[in-house]
Amino acid sequence: MRFLADCGIIFRRQMSTLVRSKLSMTAALIQPVLYLVLFGPMLKGVVASSGADPWKVYVPGLLVQLALFGAGYVGFSLIPDLNAGVIERLRVTPISRYALLFGRVARDVVLLGAQAIVLTAMAFLLGLRAPIGGLAVAIGIVVLLAVSLSALSYSLVLALPKAAEHLFAPVANTILLPLMLLSGILLPMSFGPKWLDVVSHIIPFRFAVNAMRDLFDGQYLTAAVGEGLAVAIGLAIFSVVLGGWTFTKENA
Amino acid sequence: MEMITARGLARSFRNKKGETVHAVKGVDFSVRAGEIVGFLGPNGAGKTTTLKMLTTLLKPTAGSATVAGYDLAADPQGVRTAIGYVGQSSGTAPMASVREELVMQGECYRMSRTDAAARADELLSALDLTEQAGTMTMLLSGGQRRRLDIALGLIQRPQLVFLDEPSTGLDPQSRTNLWEHIRRLRDDHGATVFLSTHYLDEADALCDRVLIIDKGRVVAEDSPEELKQHMGHDTVSVEVESDVDRARAVLEGRLGVRNVAVEGTTLLLSVEYGNRRMMELLRILDDADVVPLSVQVTRPSLNDVFMTVTGRSAEQPDAVSA
Repeated sequence: MRFLADCGIIFRRQMSTLVRSKLSMTAALIQPVLYLVLFGPMLKGVVASSGADPWKVYVPGLLVQLALFGAGYVGFSLIPDLNAGVIERLRVTPISRYALLFGRVARDVVLLGAQAIVLTAMAFLLGLRAPIGGLAVAIGIVVLLAVSLSALSYSLVLALPKAAEHLFAPVANTILLPLMLLSGILLPMSFGPKWLDVVSHIIPFRFAVNAMRDLFDGQYLTAAVGEGLAVAIGLAIFSVVLGGWTFTKENA
Repeated sequence: MEMITARGLARSFRNKKGETVHAVKGVDFSVRAGEIVGFLGPNGAGKTTTLKMLTTLLKPTAGSATVAGYDLAADPQGVRTAIGYVGQSSGTAPMASVREELVMQGECYRMSRTDAAARADELLSALDLTEQAGTMTMLLSGGQRRRLDIALGLIQRPQLVFLDEPSTGLDPQSRTNLWEHIRRLRDDHGATVFLSTHYLDEADALCDRVLIIDKGRVVAEDSPEELKQHMGHDTVSVEVESDVDRARAVLEGRLGVRNVAVEGTTLLLSVEYGNRRMMELLRILDDADVVPLSVQVTRPSLNDVFMTVTGRSAEQPDAVSA
């Protein structure tokens, strides 16, 4: 299919840019390790007191955090290409406009998938015990979140007015920080006051984290898992449609 | 065969104040295969906007066009397969190498990796970029970058190439070099070239036909030579020994002399077809016993044409830009 070939062209270009930069690669792979090693031990004390296995509570949140801050900021990589006129140049070629988005999203997903696996493997070494099936579905949810966040991140960049790309960082931060705090990533929302828990219900990631906590515990058929999957899939579809629309907008 | 046909092409948009700006107000023209045609106009005239419409980057708000045989509205994808485009600030990824950019561009045009690579090498050689094949694009000089931009626009051997202000920002030598490459596109490869420029000398040097565009409309259309002939006027400068005022009296209104100005002992005559009438004018002076010391005929420039047609100098910066 023509579209897949076009995605392949963009994917290969994005991957080669990434792999070429040893700095980027190192940073990308160290990130999950740092989260685990620097925050994990601290959390153990807090969570263990409530009786739950700290790793099963923390690692799902950590994976979603990885997605949020990994995929949420990918828009940055679009800005130099946009400014240099590369996107405009490619728009005049027959390449599919959707491929311009999806080739990039594919790269982001591959990178995030690799990071997620590194993180989970390290968590295993540090004491996490979770069933493979649960892990697989959980990582599937993370991949869906990565697709969403990546597409939304690029959409945000394109939505910014011309010559205002510097606004990407503050806007992204303003959106991502509350998302992180309200998703129950660091601690389950049920630990906090009722009103905070209620507010967090509008954040899709909350459902993803809860679903993954159940999955890590080996429970597959709970309401939380169902909700989490539905939200992850719904968000992915929405983001992909929105992303496709922003990439094809100003075109004849 | 018509390579481009535009009918009533127009583009308007809303600016920050909510007002409607008509960047292009209904442009009609055609370009035949094998021509080099130029859009000439000051900044803000609507050249880039028109070019972007014809290359599918912007949707026209009115009008229609056929580009390289494809209808612009009905088959923009078809247009894209047939044209090459070198934008005003054409884009290359800063850290990619010259060759990588060319190969990827080829792949975007559905060329296989091998074909794209072979074609890239061909273009590198044709545009004197072979030594820069492995250089990162951000390290190229202005002239080299422009040649790379052209190479990118030609990767799939298009029959129609659009160039938006190709020599802006280049030093004189690079400009002349670039013009040579543009001429070769048509001379060696039979491509049709449509370019936009605000440089009068560029339009004069390259174009078979010039479309003068001002404030979103085409206001004149002809070959540079014809435009200068019909709309400009030659200036015949005659330096006389003495009797400047008598010389002026004798010449005023004769033989198509539109205007006589005096600078010291030199008469500046605005004459249509001055190069042909010069001899007769000198004879008139001679009959009146005025001794001409020297004579010079200056042909009109496109700036004169522009001034005649629009009432403004093309070289004056314009307040509005689209």
